[in-house]
Amino acid sequence: MNITLHVWRQKDAKSKGRFVKYEADDISPDMSFLEMLDVVNERLVLEGEEPIAVDHDCREGICGTCGVVINGRAHGPRERTTVCQLHMRSFRDGDAIWIEPWRAKAFPVIKDLIVDRGALDRIIAAGGFISAPTGSASDANAIPVPKENADLAMDAAACIGCGACVAACRNASAMLFTSAKVAQLGLLPQGQPERYIRVKKMVAQMDLESFGNCTNHGDCEAVCPKAVSVDNIARLNRDFIKSTLIADRRVAVGVEGAG
Amino acid sequence: MELNAKIPSGPIEGKWEKHRFDMNLVNPANKRKYSIIVVGSGLAGASGAASMAELGYNVKCFCYQDSPRRAHSIAAQGGINAAKNYQNDGDSVYRLFYDTVKGGDYRSREANVYRLAELSVEIIDQCVAQGVPFAREYGGLLDNRSFGGALVSRTFYARGQTGQQLLLGAYQALERQIGLGKVKMYSRHEMLELIVIDGRARGIVVRDMVSGELGIHLADAVVLATGGYGNVFFLSTYAKGANGTAIWRAYKRGAAFADPCFTQIHPTCIPVTGEYQSKLTLMSESLRNDGRIWVPKQKGESRPAGAIPEEERDYYLERLYPAFGNLAPRDISSRAAKRVCDEGRGVGPTGLGVYLDFADAIQRLGAGVIGEKYGNLFEMYERITDEDPYKVPMRIFPATHYTMGGLWVDYNLMSTIPGCFVIGEANFSDHGANRLGASALMQGLADGYFVIPYTIGDYLASTKFEKVSEDHPQAQAAKAEVEERIKRLLSVNGKCTIMSFHRELGQIMWEHCGMSRNRALLEEALQKIPAVRERFWEDVRVPGDGDELNQSLEYAGRVADFLEIGELICLDALEREESCGAHFREEYQTEDGEALRDDENYAHVAAWEYAGEGKKPIRNVEPLTFEYVPLEQRSYK
Amino acid sequence: MESSAISVAVGASAAKRGGYVGAFYGSTVGKKVVMAVTGVILVLFVIGHMIGNLQIYLGAESLNHYAELLRELGHGGLIWVVRGGLLAAVVLHIWSATALTLGSWAARPIGYRRRQQWQESTYASRTMRWGGPILFLFIVYHLLHLTTGTVHGDFVVGDVYHNVIAGFSIWWVSAIYIVAQFALGLHLYHGVWSMLQTLGLSHASYNRLRMGFAIFVTFIVVAGNISIPLAVLTGAVS
Repeated sequence: MNITLHVWRQKDAKSKGRFVKYEADDISPDMSFLEMLDVVNERLVLEGEEPIAVDHDCREGICGTCGVVINGRAHGPRERTTVCQLHMRSFRDGDAIWIEPWRAKAFPVIKDLIVDRGALDRIIAAGGFISAPTGSASDANAIPVPKENADLAMDAAACIGCGACVAACRNASAMLFTSAKVAQLGLLPQGQPERYIRVKKMVAQMDLESFGNCTNHGDCEAVCPKAVSVDNIARLNRDFIKSTLIADRRVAVGVEGAG
Repeated sequence: MELNAKIPSGPIEGKWEKHRFDMNLVNPANKRKYSIIVVGSGLAGASGAASMAELGYNVKCFCYQDSPRRAHSIAAQGGINAAKNYQNDGDSVYRLFYDTVKGGDYRSREANVYRLAELSVEIIDQCVAQGVPFAREYGGLLDNRSFGGALVSRTFYARGQTGQQLLLGAYQALERQIGLGKVKMYSRHEMLELIVIDGRARGIVVRDMVSGELGIHLADAVVLATGGYGNVFFLSTYAKGANGTAIWRAYKRGAAFADPCFTQIHPTCIPVTGEYQSKLTLMSESLRNDGRIWVPKQKGESRPAGAIPEEERDYYLERLYPAFGNLAPRDISSRAAKRVCDEGRGVGPTGLGVYLDFADAIQRLGAGVIGEKYGNLFEMYERITDEDPYKVPMRIFPATHYTMGGLWVDYNLMSTIPGCFVIGEANFSDHGANRLGASALMQGLADGYFVIPYTIGDYLASTKFEKVSEDHPQAQAAKAEVEERIKRLLSVNGKCTIMSFHRELGQIMWEHCGMSRNRALLEEALQKIPAVRERFWEDVRVPGDGDELNQSLEYAGRVADFLEIGELICLDALEREESCGAHFREEYQTEDGEALRDDENYAHVAAWEYAGEGKKPIRNVEPLTFEYVPLEQRSYK
Repeated sequence: MESSAISVAVGASAAKRGGYVGAFYGSTVGKKVVMAVTGVILVLFVIGHMIGNLQIYLGAESLNHYAELLRELGHGGLIWVVRGGLLAAVVLHIWSATALTLGSWAARPIGYRRRQQWQESTYASRTMRWGGPILFLFIVYHLLHLTTGTVHGDFVVGDVYHNVIAGFSIWWVSAIYIVAQFALGLHLYHGVWSMLQTLGLSHASYNRLRMGFAIFVTFIVVAGNISIPLAVLTGAVS
């Protein structure tokens, strides 16, 4: 296949970027999208040009490192598929493909298609955990967990932190990401003691990182490679309301410093 | 070089307990005065960094990824072993210990393996407390399954994403400490040199991968948790960025490299399709619980799988190993697949593949049940190959997956450089010559959560530290060396791409030092690899500059090291004149083609010592003794 | 990328600064909840208003009596209480929406070159930010038209029935009302579903019901309201 690429090139965080057109000829439909970029980059290097910088690592759809917007859609045209698992057979010979980095104030571009997603880590650091220092655990089977809860928690926990939800959201909101962790830990008995302080801390950090707000469109779920559901957002909202209006005074004392 | 494994005395059941009592403790109030560097943020690194920070140490953690959550532990699918015996099927710490020593073909240390089995139980408790959503039964209790090579159900799992969930648990513990300011996290930083001062590891030189700036970080101890070096084969199931640079730097500073030739080939990966291929994708071994592996009986079969009648199929694993059948251990399954493909009975366009067929299981259990168990794996397969495994059998082929070899460590997980600890896949310790399925996660977490926090305290409490600063000549020299290497890579300005060299190296490694090896092939490889390395330094092209985000430069540095590591692997494979576990020397096999160990001469760990540029490294030996698991020939028939 | 310690003020320490209400309203989720709660109030009002309007089909006397009843309940005080409440709801609704919208615009300073492909979002959800201001303008017009009579032309104080018939007899006035009802429909359709989500009233088993509920409310309100100008224009009511 022959493909025309329009790729966002930007030297570093401070420089202005622009689209550059590349012709990618003789592409096999069995190549993954990243392998196609490998081939293009190899050719660029041999022609004496700088290769396109793009984040990737595991190439099996689980590490969450890769992620670009392809023709206006985060992770490209296939549902529940990361860029590394997308194959060129999803495109047609002669197609023009526009490749852009995630766009959000909270995700500044570092170079070309690479953005800084540290904001997501900081949301987790603010409260996305259960405080269970090593060695403090009781027997794993001491507290039974209803299978349904465990399954729902797993659905939410499947999030790979790629940031596609933010990229696809018209408000650049990180609610799907944040709510997935809130829901996972809130569904498990082990997560109960910190349930309400957790949601407040995570939401506060999320706001601090200048993500937009959620207006319940659902585009995040549609592009999510792991199909994390917007039902989790409702769970977050529920816990947030409860935490502020009902549980606040109770948890405000003492738990604060528990980190 | 003296190799003192420092194994505690006494009966095996009490060694760890006794050792914990014998170790020196750091006064709680003094812990904050010590600083520790952790390189890598996978299961071992993240759990270790978090646990040590919880104790009060000041920890700096480094990873090359953009977030600690992305380390490749995340890609482990199948599960994690633990001797909980929740299924009441006769499992015990002792049985897990026994299975692991035997599965490793008697090339691991009994004391370490016993400790691993002992700690496995605590790992599950810890992970559940952190909110890891393991699979559960309807009664709310934890579910288990049996996994490659085990006769008991001791594997805990979270769908097909166990590694992800365990890593996120450790990552969250780490992020908690980062938020509290006890861990300072440096993501997108790559360690390029180890700083050794007065014979002790005291710091590292890192490159900030965004700005290109080189920095010196000093501490009282350095913990390497940088994973395996399997990307030396180019095509592997490793993440693209996984590399051997950190352990190779430590090796060159005096850390012994143990059993580098013990590289595991995983039997169930999606076969290669073309020359552009960048990576091989693993299909969880759990698929072998329900899938049946076969090839046509006839050579050069051209009919599609469905058109081949039952009597013309060869279910070779079931035929050769009736007791284990399709669940035979990894090394055995992989070699069997290679053998049938060498016979010309391989399937798929390249002839390098065997069928993994679910037709029987679907008929027996229904597509729904199979979908529930393996749905995400089937989908992944379909996405990559464009074939529907519900309708046509999967095609699989072995691929490089794990390295049992790594830096030599003693019982305390300290390398031969005092103060340089090595945990997780980066060390050699627990799996011997072959790792059993679902044991990598177990080892990574045991090392990180439950071993290193104790043993590092002993080291810190019993060592007197001189104050050092960045101006120390050793630190500056290490930094200057890194600068020099980067400058050299950028100035070659040749005509070949980095990947072309990596691919060439990988091909040599796979053909000469892959699933089966022999003297002639290895000697040839030892000629070829230095030649490729020489060409690399003459003709590689690394575009861009050092003072910017430069993925080519990062890659070039890693490949340069692989070109050296590959040689050591082949040398080790050549000098280990026996077959054991994943290391199969064609000269040493039984009549029916199984690995033939030589316990008389090779029941030991080979720890290679760097002897200087251009000199042959020195092969040191740590003898292995087996008091509890009697040496016998591994048989899975 | 180097990390730094994180200290998020929540609970008591956040409350010390802005009070519990301030801490709540200070967050994006809090503002959304305020929008949802005021949304519930406004939806209930719109439904009640529509039901009241339908009394036009019972004749002049009935409608005028109903209007008088509303004006005189609680010695003429209740209507002002309700009006005050509605005004507060509208102000809070708009205030929150504006703050959130500005925040969202700031959250993506550089947009995509290739138009984003929407997967799940609907026309209704994407036009909330246009529908809102349009509805606001309509409400102002509607108040000036049928409440104060300022822009009516033939306004008789107290004779609601007459005012409606006379007003809607002008085709372009009816057209404004009908178009506005479609805008209201779009706003309601996404708004009703969205407010349930924001209030956390979501459950896998009821989600389809939730969508059905949004469609039902929207349809009833829009159909009921549009029927009136249509009835006047066609002469069914005169």
